[in-house]
Amino acid sequence: MPESEPLLVMRGIGKRFPGVVALDGVDLRLFPGEVHALMGENGAGKSTLIKVLTGAYHHDQGDISLAGESVAFAGPHQARQAGISTVYQEINLCPNLSVAENVLIGRAPTRFGRIRWSAVRRRAEELLDRLHLNIDVGSDLGTHSIAVQQMVAIARALDVDAKVLVLDEPTSSLDASEVDQLFRVMRGLKEEGIAVLFVTHFLDQVYEIADRMTVLRNGRRVGEYRTAELSQLDLVAAMIGKDLAVLEDIEEAPRREVAVLERGTPVVSADGLGRAGAIAPFSLAIHKGEVVGLAGLLGSGRTEVARLLFGADRADQGQIAVDGEPVALRGPQSAMRQKIAYCPENRRTDGLVEELTVRENIILALQADRGWARPVPRGKQDELVARYVRALDIRPADPEIPVRNLSGGNQQKVLLARWLITEPKLMILDEPTRGIDVGAKAEIQKLVVELSDGGMAVLFISAELEEVLRLSHKVAVLRDRKLVAELDNTDGLDTDRVMAAIASGGVA
Amino acid sequence: MSVVRHRLFWPVAMLVALLLSNLFFTSGFFSIEVRDGHLFGSVIDILRQGAPLMLVALGMTLVIATGGIDLSVGAVVAISGAMACQQIAGLDDQGAVGGVLVAVALALVLSGGLGAWNGFLVSVVGIQPIIATLILMVAGRGVAQVITDGQIVNVNSPPYKTIATGFLFGIPVPVIIAAGVVALVAVVTRRSAFGMLLESVGGNAGASRLAGIRSRRLIIIAYVVCAVCAGVAGLMVSSTVSSADGNNNGLLIELDAILAVVIGGTSLLGGRFSIAGTVIGALLIKTLDTTVYTIGIPPEVALLFKAVVVVILCLVQSPAFRAKIARRQPAEVAA
Repeated sequence: MPESEPLLVMRGIGKRFPGVVALDGVDLRLFPGEVHALMGENGAGKSTLIKVLTGAYHHDQGDISLAGESVAFAGPHQARQAGISTVYQEINLCPNLSVAENVLIGRAPTRFGRIRWSAVRRRAEELLDRLHLNIDVGSDLGTHSIAVQQMVAIARALDVDAKVLVLDEPTSSLDASEVDQLFRVMRGLKEEGIAVLFVTHFLDQVYEIADRMTVLRNGRRVGEYRTAELSQLDLVAAMIGKDLAVLEDIEEAPRREVAVLERGTPVVSADGLGRAGAIAPFSLAIHKGEVVGLAGLLGSGRTEVARLLFGADRADQGQIAVDGEPVALRGPQSAMRQKIAYCPENRRTDGLVEELTVRENIILALQADRGWARPVPRGKQDELVARYVRALDIRPADPEIPVRNLSGGNQQKVLLARWLITEPKLMILDEPTRGIDVGAKAEIQKLVVELSDGGMAVLFISAELEEVLRLSHKVAVLRDRKLVAELDNTDGLDTDRVMAAIASGGVA
Repeated sequence: MSVVRHRLFWPVAMLVALLLSNLFFTSGFFSIEVRDGHLFGSVIDILRQGAPLMLVALGMTLVIATGGIDLSVGAVVAISGAMACQQIAGLDDQGAVGGVLVAVALALVLSGGLGAWNGFLVSVVGIQPIIATLILMVAGRGVAQVITDGQIVNVNSPPYKTIATGFLFGIPVPVIIAAGVVALVAVVTRRSAFGMLLESVGGNAGASRLAGIRSRRLIIIAYVVCAVCAGVAGLMVSSTVSSADGNNNGLLIELDAILAVVIGGTSLLGGRFSIAGTVIGALLIKTLDTTVYTIGIPPEVALLFKAVVVVILCLVQSPAFRAKIARRQPAEVAA
């Protein structure tokens, strides 16, 4: 294929924040009719580069040209006018408005200043049809799953005459069939000559869909490659810039042996625990040093199980026992008293307090348990925080900066540190590796193994079956808000069998 | 550079600028003289007259940090003053220190109870703060009237008068009281974990709950502290004029207090709060009031003048606005 002219060229882009060089002389070229993957660890500068491209940030150095003409965007609106549309990682839509309003908000067809609602609906339906999404456009957006909301966000981005479509982590909350659906849409857009910039952490997806990729590390460009010419291993090496020992350790580690565990009295056991409308009654026992994986599709009730076990939602039937003693969990505090910890799935809305510092976020649960009148002495705080910042390699290693300024992987580590200092008996991890880079992912997986070796019970929730199988002694399978199977992770168990259990709703 | 970046830089700069501008109109503006061992001067007047606002704004800071707002502080100022004056008026000897102390204590306990009511409505019943406190804002004036039987109660009590007009070691008593309460609240919020937990609840209530914080209790405490601060301010206001006017004492003080908090850099969305910022904000507003008089602005346009200055103030403080101005000028050169 002859090298065509790039549609968009960013040259020597530099961006500084107080105390941080986020981008340093980064180049990026996007070609029409190509899917271009932007790769890099968290904190490598991907999000910053995208925000410069879409006008959300103003760059300090370098220039951008679109179709041969130099452009400077004063804001996202101008970038969109120029044909650069973006779907951000965190969905920026209004859940309390209808689907149609969300698709066309700010661009609704009007007549004499009045919005023509029938035209809005029609146009929204057309756009969603293009994505093969068949939902009632009059329904509130908030009533749909995250996956559907993501599709609506894409439909919204496509409404303008987009020449460049930026997809920032569009697949992180989609299940396999939804990803396929998205990829079909992306291929269609490619054929229309649109340049697609695709940011993801899923390496397999890059190889499935991308034609070309640019790798960033520490705010600099490592290189631009054709996907066909770069092996996965080389890509990972380029991204993390260090040898792969830490990755291989995990990848090659033998499957956790079930026999090693002595299953005495479970640390936490649920007996017929359920909550109407959330999860059907289930029974589950988690022993000392055991990692129990929760597998199931998005919306199958994984988070609901976690929330019941932590007391975040109140069960309306069944019982929980800790060390064999029945307990009543009236809320997160009483679960904490029982030494149960919970790292929620959505770390930004349910986990961290973004304007507080790293230190304050780490100390928060311990301090909450002590009450406001008994502060953890400052010296003790600094010592604890320093220890966990070091142990989990939280970067930058400055406990006094707002946690907002950290990358996703490091924020996740802060959340882990918050609960580790409370020394829990059971740690519930809800999607701890979602949306974070390979390096941090491997570190967190390794940490789970270490914690369970140290005797902590772990409930590990992840959409990635490989990860669940690699870490768990036992896999509980959820389907349609029911616990349908409990599988010992012995030699015979593989992703196919777990998939079969998810699909058939019973023991395979 | 780092001085300019400090978040209190702009409020302090504005305060200094405003004070300096007074020099053009009043040559002796900064002069402080000692008369009978007491300090006198325009700056001292600002401090003394600003004491009630500073107290109300201080309590408001904590409430705003939780993501709430308290519109009822003006009403609490009136109720507290009414309670104290009514009590004192009933004394056989209005000059008795013990009796006055009892009256003050009663007024403050009542204020605290009203704060608990606000906190209860917000955190237990779950009414939005602006509505929950609006109830007391409207009803409170009526409560003050009921306490005083619909009359303006006048008292003639030297000990009570001392609260607003007395001097201790040459310093006006209200300034000492305000400084003491500010210091007390600052130390308690920052030395204990109260401040951090409050900021956590205000910053992200959902995440705070999942971290095990019992926000209900914290929010109630914040409203109680706010109301007690307003109660102390109410004593000062009524002591100044030795009378309790349920309709006019503390009228619209809630708006000045909210303004002081915002000028001080605490976001109305809740989260991070700055007590030092609030103190500066309150002084700024009082200085502005004083300036209006010293430069002889006609009373009918005084409020308009104040509004214009406040808008300019807020714009100068806004990083987004400053960036816009800064970008507009060197942009052509840089490009």
